[in-house]
Amino acid sequence: MAQSLGLEPARRAPAAAPASLRRHLPGPQYAALGALVVLVVANAVFTPHFASTSNLWNVLLQVSTVVLAAVGMTLVIATGGIDLSVGSVMACAGAVAAVLLERGTVLAVIAALAVATLIGVVNGTLIATMRVQPIVVTLATLIAGRGIAQVISHDGELVTISDPAFMQLGRGYAGPVPVQVLIALAAVAVALFLLRSTPFGRYVLAAGGNPAAARLAGVPVPRTIMTVYAASGLLAGIAGLIVASRLGASDAAKIGQNMELDAIAAVVVGGTALSGGRATIVGTVIGALIMQVIATSFNMLLVPYAWSLALKAAIILVAVYLQRPRRV
Amino acid sequence: MTAGAPLLRMEGITKRFGSATALDAVDLVLQRGEVHALVGENGAGKSTLVKILTGAYRRDTGTVELEGQPVSFDTPAEAQAAGVCAVHQEIHLLTHRTVAENIYLGREPRRWGFVDWRRMNADAAALLLDLGLDMQPDAVVGSLNTARQQMVAIARGVSLGARVLVLDEPTSSLSPREVSILYALVARLKAQGTAIVYISHRFDELYAICDRVTVLRDGRLVETRPLAGLERLDLVCLMLGKRRDELRHGTTAFAEHQARTAGEPTTAPLLETEHVGGGSRLRDVSLQVRRGEIVGLAGLLGSGRTETARAVFGADPCARGKVSIQGKRLDARSPDDAIRAGIGFVSEDRKAEGIIPELSIRENLTLAALPLLTRYGVVSRRRQREMVDRFMERLGIKASSADQRIRELSGGNQQKVLLARWLCTSPRLLILDEPTRGIDIGAKGEIQGLVNELATDGMAVLMISSELEELVEGSTRVVVLRDGESVAELSGDQLSQQAIIHAMAEGGSTSSPGIAPDHPVH
Repeated sequence: MAQSLGLEPARRAPAAAPASLRRHLPGPQYAALGALVVLVVANAVFTPHFASTSNLWNVLLQVSTVVLAAVGMTLVIATGGIDLSVGSVMACAGAVAAVLLERGTVLAVIAALAVATLIGVVNGTLIATMRVQPIVVTLATLIAGRGIAQVISHDGELVTISDPAFMQLGRGYAGPVPVQVLIALAAVAVALFLLRSTPFGRYVLAAGGNPAAARLAGVPVPRTIMTVYAASGLLAGIAGLIVASRLGASDAAKIGQNMELDAIAAVVVGGTALSGGRATIVGTVIGALIMQVIATSFNMLLVPYAWSLALKAAIILVAVYLQRPRRV
Repeated sequence: MTAGAPLLRMEGITKRFGSATALDAVDLVLQRGEVHALVGENGAGKSTLVKILTGAYRRDTGTVELEGQPVSFDTPAEAQAAGVCAVHQEIHLLTHRTVAENIYLGREPRRWGFVDWRRMNADAAALLLDLGLDMQPDAVVGSLNTARQQMVAIARGVSLGARVLVLDEPTSSLSPREVSILYALVARLKAQGTAIVYISHRFDELYAICDRVTVLRDGRLVETRPLAGLERLDLVCLMLGKRRDELRHGTTAFAEHQARTAGEPTTAPLLETEHVGGGSRLRDVSLQVRRGEIVGLAGLLGSGRTETARAVFGADPCARGKVSIQGKRLDARSPDDAIRAGIGFVSEDRKAEGIIPELSIRENLTLAALPLLTRYGVVSRRRQREMVDRFMERLGIKASSADQRIRELSGGNQQKVLLARWLCTSPRLLILDEPTRGIDIGAKGEIQGLVNELATDGMAVLMISSELEELVEGSTRVVVLRDGESVAELSGDQLSQQAIIHAMAEGGSTSSPGIAPDHPVH
């Protein structure tokens, strides 16, 4: 009671000035873009062979699976949740496709994506209707999914893939552009469209920004939450198929390992707040590119792997620090 | 009551938050063995005073004396150590631990450095027996019902040697039988010389167990006096700052439109609730709203006004009774059902249940209307812009642009956006919960004028308000709630602030049984 008396007038007065001022300062998204430009330019100057066409295509090719998982993760995080299961979902999708390919490429792909989406629906149902915390639910599916993937692929055997059509996913090109880059671009475009132009996009941000208010405004909060986890599962499934195709095999123990961390890092570095209510798909793509450029250049400069991990961690911390909530 | 030196004396307590004064030179004196009611409406300063007493806030000026010794508590722990203890509405206990562990948390009896479980349980059992509580010391607190958890919290206070015990809305979630257990415990503590500060909105309780009452209003002390001999009506007048004989008139924007047509009683009601009840606050509410009517919903804090609105809107389940819209049974199970039936609801808590802070005015305003703006799954930008422009202009929403984040707006402008959120869905019934609370005078008048206009155009409005002027001048009829029941309906010449106050205090033509203090003790 007393607090509301105290804060109401105080908050009103200074709101206008900083708001207009802040609009001219770089937001987190532009900060990320700036960092990416600096990184690319610095590497072009200092890292031998970095600026070659083949290397740049290689960066895009490498980043496409992370982008797929991170786009789904952006939607999930915008609702205030998290999806730790994406890596295991990738492994499941790869395993299902590998064992079913002999019965037809289309069937195998559809079945694999259906399984991936189903895992997302399970996550979403437990979170939206049973009110279990997202981190707990998806930790469970992270563990279970990895096990299921190994069971499907004949107890964790490496299942080799030789289907030529399927191999196009991870190795094919459309002109100079790798097929997987096109797939990632398509996912980004669809997510942008959903967020900007459909009621679903508004509902995602409303459910993450203030669930109680969203519910009272008639927003179907449970259905929205269910949908983002299903979308995250589907996108992870696509990423899993691409990796299996790239490898030419389903390796249930390895595919998608630590992908959840890479995806979360891309989202956070890109400027989507973990607290929910905000989402920037473009920022997520930039975040994924930043992480990939660093990994690639370290590789080319022969920096020890352990050091590259430490630097990755430092970059994530800096990104989160820059985005910390500022007092108005 | 003993006439000797008081147990606790707080004098001239002042507390400011920024530029607002929450407490202005308030006194509170407690005698040994006294149950002291602390009452006041929202913003009166009850919580602030209690927080200063229990060390959660620091006072700006004033003195506190406990048994004649000046004291100053910087933390709740210091207050507890000195024997001042509060039990809050939300109980702060470790739900996964046992009753005994909770009672002795932080000061467990030890033996060779280890917790002496046997002694702890024995001590707890003795304490519980002493307080007349039939409870196992090794029961896990989470397995107990709310009333018993509250007893554990009180037992903890007693074991800390509490000489001053604050009970803040102790019965808000108790059943009548549980209330009688609480009464018995309070009587026992009183007999032991403990002073109890009792905060409650239920008058029946205050009159059943309290000796004296301190009334606060807008951060000021109104009066401290014995409760016996004080009529309920006078107590309500003290709380609201009204005099029985002369009640002000003509201060709201409704006054200009005084000629409210009393909706034709012959027309069928748009909204009808029959004996609606549910939860711990809502018992039996029946009311009707016709097209073109503004029906006011009056009642003191905790009387079930908001709960009625939420039950109609499907925000909370309504366990009993019947809600119909245009004669058709609605019984909304979610806000979605209610919205589809043409109902809009502006919550009293703008920040927690109204705005989506990170989204723009445009997105906040059109949130409920998105299905209307969507063609083939895509929101029409053109139609969205037209809608936003139209309502921003009509309601006079002041902002740099429709893209400005709503959290940057003033309270009044936020409230207008939230009103517009519903108006753009063209509702048949609009439920407004404290539509003008906490907003500046100018915006207040504009909103009152707009509500009036909407009703004139045929909308049905159910308006909850704590401001009696607003109710009397704005409403066609006023339904008064008391302890979760609709006790009176006032209209025409009967509709006056005095009549509302009377109904809030005494009930209307129908008298409610309330909570009888003499339920058998469990």
